Amino acid sequence: MNQDFVAGDVHPSSVPALEVTNAGLRYGRTWALRGCFASVPQGRVAALVGPNGAGKSSLMRLAVGLRRADEGDVRVFGRPPRGANLPRVAFVAQDKPLYPELTVAETIRAGAGLNPRFDTPGARKRLDDLGIPQAKKVRQLSGGQRAQVAITLAVAKRADLIVLDEPLANLDPLARHEVMEGLMSAVAERGLTVLLSSHVVAELAEVCDHLILVSQGRVQVAGDIEELVSEHRLLVGPSGTAPAGTYDVVGSSETERQTTLLARVRGPIHDPRWTARELSLEDMVLGYLRTPDAVLAPRPVAL
Amino acid sequence: MSGLIEFSLDKRSGVATYMQIVQQVEQAMRLGRLGPGDRLPTAAEVVGRLAINPNTVLRAYRELESRGLVEPRPGLGTFVQRSLGRPRDPALERGLVSWVREARAAGLGPEDIRALVESALSGGLTEEATA
Repeated sequence: MNQDFVAGDVHPSSVPALEVTNAGLRYGRTWALRGCFASVPQGRVAALVGPNGAGKSSLMRLAVGLRRADEGDVRVFGRPPRGANLPRVAFVAQDKPLYPELTVAETIRAGAGLNPRFDTPGARKRLDDLGIPQAKKVRQLSGGQRAQVAITLAVAKRADLIVLDEPLANLDPLARHEVMEGLMSAVAERGLTVLLSSHVVAELAEVCDHLILVSQGRVQVAGDIEELVSEHRLLVGPSGTAPAGTYDVVGSSETERQTTLLARVRGPIHDPRWTARELSLEDMVLGYLRTPDAVLAPRPVAL
Repeated sequence: MSGLIEFSLDKRSGVATYMQIVQQVEQAMRLGRLGPGDRLPTAAEVVGRLAINPNTVLRAYRELESRGLVEPRPGLGTFVQRSLGRPRDPALERGLVSWVREARAAGLGPEDIRALVESALSGGLTEEATA
């Protein structure tokens, strides 16, 4: 029987799995990221969303310790992703870099040789459960099977934070579903934290409960998806006016007769001429993507 | 070991995923498919089939717990605590089946039948009004 996480014991610690504070990363003279803030609590499945070139991969490289921040601070479970803290993080790159000429079984042996805490029996069982033949060479596997092998290595490493760059790219719909099932099972069984990048928001709604939206090297908005969605409204009212209330405008458009605002509201909108409509996750994300300059990420609280 | 019931999701229903799970457990309890002592599928079992966030399953189970329907037993799973099912009444069920057959014969579709039942349940249809 699988171990069940019962109510109340899912988040054993209040230290965030990932904490990014005013972080910047530079390639040569160009800043790929600047002034980024994000905090992902343990046990969450976080979506890293943004257009190509926005800085998603750079943020992931910081999180897994492949790069050090040129300014600001990046912490994984309260400590920098370096040295003894590194085994707690696993990275599944987009091209799922596995050795094509190794068999699956040899790949598992290589993983065991490279990672001190590697769970070989767990990895073998997981591959059996997924129906992946271990005698086959990696190059003989389908794209979905390769993704499953890469995720199996990350899980068997006993990492507590798994970072995946576009795990569903180039997979057919059935394989996408199966990869997500496998990943979510691992989250349930191990209480993992996951950070995954994607630009297909519709696929993330059932899977992710946390969002980090990046654009032009900044975190535009980040937080619990349900809270974010409940705070955002589409406000529609007469042109040339603004509704009374406390809110931040993310984006706006204007016609001759009416003004439409995407806003993060901090209290009720008391204005009979304006209507406030709730948004789906997808609409909210699209609203931000349309206005890449809007940055409403949390700022650090002064201590 | 798999659970006694499987959940399915209707992504177009507009009902939050965790609430769909709550409703399906309640429905199974009402129909007698789940009774006291039965174990609900673990979060890992559910997400291994539905590809949803395990926290969604846990939230549904917490909601069922707060409704007094299930009880988590640490290390063992989540168990149904009481019965929502009523003893089956064959005469009543036969009456319903024959009424539905008559309604279909009279040209009513599923939506018409549901609307009629809803109306009767909410008191909008009384014997005097239809007499």
